[in-house]
Amino acid sequence: MLRDITLGQYYPVDSVLHRMDPRTKLFGTMAYIVSLFIADHLLAYVAATIFLVIAIRMSKVPVKFMVRGLKSVVVLLLISVSFNLFLTPGTPIFKIGFIQMTWEGVEFAAFMAIRLIYLVLGSTILTLTTTPNQLTDGLEKSLGFLGKVGVPVHEVSMMMSIALRFIPILIEETDKIMKAQMARGADFESGNLIQKAKAMVPLLVPLFISAFRRATDLAMAMEARCYRGGDGRTKMKPLRYEARDRMAYAFYLGYFVVIIAIKVLL
Amino acid sequence: MGIIRAVNLIFDYIRHDDEQDKDEINHALRGVSLDIEEGSFVAILGHNGSGKSTFAKLMNGILLPTDGTVYISNMKTSDEEHLWEVRKTAGMVFQNPDNQIIGNVVEEDVGFGPENIGVPTEEIWERVDKSLEAVGMTAYRLQSPNKLSGGQKQRVAIAGVMAMKPRCIVLDEPTAMLDPNGRREVIKTVQELNKQEGITVLLITHYMEEVIEADRVVVMDDGQIVMDGTPKEVFSRVSELKEYRLDVPQVTELADELKAAGMDLPDGILTIDELVDRLVPILKEERA
Repeated sequence: MLRDITLGQYYPVDSVLHRMDPRTKLFGTMAYIVSLFIADHLLAYVAATIFLVIAIRMSKVPVKFMVRGLKSVVVLLLISVSFNLFLTPGTPIFKIGFIQMTWEGVEFAAFMAIRLIYLVLGSTILTLTTTPNQLTDGLEKSLGFLGKVGVPVHEVSMMMSIALRFIPILIEETDKIMKAQMARGADFESGNLIQKAKAMVPLLVPLFISAFRRATDLAMAMEARCYRGGDGRTKMKPLRYEARDRMAYAFYLGYFVVIIAIKVLL
Repeated sequence: MGIIRAVNLIFDYIRHDDEQDKDEINHALRGVSLDIEEGSFVAILGHNGSGKSTFAKLMNGILLPTDGTVYISNMKTSDEEHLWEVRKTAGMVFQNPDNQIIGNVVEEDVGFGPENIGVPTEEIWERVDKSLEAVGMTAYRLQSPNKLSGGQKQRVAIAGVMAMKPRCIVLDEPTAMLDPNGRREVIKTVQELNKQEGITVLLITHYMEEVIEADRVVVMDDGQIVMDGTPKEVFSRVSELKEYRLDVPQVTELADELKAAGMDLPDGILTIDELVDRLVPILKEERA
């Protein structure tokens, strides 16, 4: 069971969005998030909605997977909506004691909610259509310029992808150690939160030791296969922009022009 | 002159105490010389602590000898400038299958080596295709290594080494963590590579069954080479092997016991068929 764990929330289907260059998707998500913060007119939100619907359609991911991503922000959403509802000054709709609801508040709250929901949906599309590895690759390539000012971009992305590879292995190992300790009478289930946390400590020591041992082994194996950092390295799967990526960029540009136009003109 | 030449290798593990003084010196190798011919299949046997794993790590410059020299196709492993060429020529497969796979997808892992040595993209794909084919893992190329069995993971690791086009593969107890099926799978793959691609194999192990088909068997004990010969020669010295805390294959042991009990059998019987062929006439004669 633990072996089948999927990292992130990648949804494996074959769609245009899945095949798109991760850089294009990263840039698109960023542009979309920025546009949401520029937008303050109803028409701009209509444009944002159209953008989102097109993206969801193209991703071929069932909408319920998208909505699942919203669960994590429900509390945040409720808090910000109620603050906006009740604390915005303006024309009151009704007033009970010191609590009052205003028309401006309703408008504000609605926009705020839409903004948050779209923000989460937008980034969810990115993680649903891109594997963690592609994301790492995309980040490495698009942040490559940072290498010139001494940021170890290649090294960090290599570390990220190795970490991703070892998460399932370490989870399995944790499971094994837990079972071995349970067989000798360790108790991980009873007690309050603090007691449970304390019971985890003896688990961490063997886990850390084994992780370090694995790291030494892996470093040796990598060296034996001639790994010597990012210089002079070629790529088996280099990132290349295709026609669909250029079209996507054109689409982003069009979208952004519309958003700016609405902002300036209306 | 062979592809691998070890000349008078000495290797000491030095443990430091708290004050960074030399605390304890452990002599892992005490003067090992070995010459391995290109295209041959050589097995190194030895009990735990015999120095065989240290020897393996000296073969591609992961460790450098305290004294003595290793030549890989006439390049010294201790020359900094030749280090990468040495590692390209002598690939290495390790014991733990999980700790040597870097990629998140099988084919990406096989491509890791060629990527490191700067092979152009198209050629990487060719090499990956060919290597996966050679170890029979093409069907699994898009899978996550976490979903493979131990034997399959080791085959992927072998493919990863093959993709660097080495002339020689050093396998450091590649089957120690596998079940019998996985063990057979890996050994068969290695044997095929040796026969079909002509790659020199240096197999380090402590399982006797794996070395029967080798061209040459070297037995190590306490940092020294104590026996060297064909499997037949080595396994005919059953009592000597036992002194080095090594087991002989079951059939060989049985033949040896029968011989000790007075049956007319030759030394160094390695397979069941061989023993049957020898036993049948003897038993027929007795019955007559």
